[in-house]
Amino acid sequence: MRIFWRSQQPAVSDTEARVRGVERLISGLLRAGVLMSLTIIIAGTLMTFVHHSEYLWSDTALQHLAKPGAAFPHTQRDVWFGVTALEGQAVVTLGLLLLIATPVLRVAISMFLFIYQRDWTYALITLAVLSLLLLSFGLGKIE
Amino acid sequence: MLSVSPLFFTSAVLLVSLMAGMLGSLLGLGGGIIIIPALTLFFHIDIRYAIGASIVSVIATSSGAAAAYVREHMTNLRVAMVLELATTSGALTGAYVAGLLSGRWLYIIFGLVMGYSALMMFRKSRKDSDEISISAPWADYLRLHSSYYDEALGREVVYKVARTRVGLALMYLAGIVSGLLGIGSGALKVPAMDLAMGLPIKVSTATSNFMIGVTAAASAGVYFVRGDIDPFIAAPVATGVLLGALLGSRILGRLQSSTIRLVFIVVLLWVSVQMLLKGLQ
Repeated sequence: MRIFWRSQQPAVSDTEARVRGVERLISGLLRAGVLMSLTIIIAGTLMTFVHHSEYLWSDTALQHLAKPGAAFPHTQRDVWFGVTALEGQAVVTLGLLLLIATPVLRVAISMFLFIYQRDWTYALITLAVLSLLLLSFGLGKIE
Repeated sequence: MLSVSPLFFTSAVLLVSLMAGMLGSLLGLGGGIIIIPALTLFFHIDIRYAIGASIVSVIATSSGAAAAYVREHMTNLRVAMVLELATTSGALTGAYVAGLLSGRWLYIIFGLVMGYSALMMFRKSRKDSDEISISAPWADYLRLHSSYYDEALGREVVYKVARTRVGLALMYLAGIVSGLLGIGSGALKVPAMDLAMGLPIKVSTATSNFMIGVTAAASAGVYFVRGDIDPFIAAPVATGVLLGALLGSRILGRLQSSTIRLVFIVVLLWVSVQMLLKGLQ
């Protein structure tokens, strides 16, 4: 069904085949990242309710969970210690971090592919995007 | 804050997020622009936590949709990589500025952007026939011109890209809005590509979706470290919006032009006024 496209540009079909490969890889990565993080988020939520049975009926517990000033893990240390202690909300946070990391990983993979293809312009562009993404984790600390 | 049990809260937020995701995909808007008013006006959640939860759901839906578009060869990856420079810089700016503004301003800006997005839905889709003939040195150098297979026409459509710098400037703006409000801001990204840069509307939509994930990841990092992403709120929102968007696109397709669509747009306009009023109180 995509025959047209080959007949129009026969000279670049090799490059285009490689582009197709890259596209499949990126597509698969995005799908896997979303599925995995969602599974972890749901598992963490279930763990939270199993460990805290008072969450099923208490009408004051919500204040500590969803109000400004609520205590929840938001540093790598908190998350790591919480996950090893099988704390539900830390597991959820791990899933959220994985979700945030999925597009970052996508950019990193694109960068290595451009380097592999010796496409220096695009390798530089993706490197810059990747640096900005990593910078974001530093920027949140400055207030 | 409502005084209900955490279980009730999680279930209710999940249900509302599911509906927001479905409605978003029906209308071609992101879930973020619908879930934030729902969380703040309905559940009385702090707008910062609503934005933090929304930005995560934006990453989920964008990545899910992008996976499909990329496989269909609809996304222009080069255009996406170049414009991501601008959207991520903008997102960092926006997320940083959001930390300095009071909640009141966030409501006001949200109300304005939401009203604009709703009005944009009245826009008639432009015909893709006009060939670009102006010179485009940046697009030539960056090899942005490409082609895609159009199902409706049944053939490969070759297109040229122009005004790359204008596109970059508009994308920086779209990035700021996304980072500031925790939404994908596709309503700003799509016209920047389709009207300014001359990309076909289908390619613009697919490429916008692809970039939204990276843009949102940039601001999500800032929000996470700042402590604005509350896992107890973000979990049901991300799960619900993603599943809703999947259901919406699989089962229902997209509403093109009908009275139901008009009703939804009017409702969105009404909600945007409510958000504005909440900021002005």
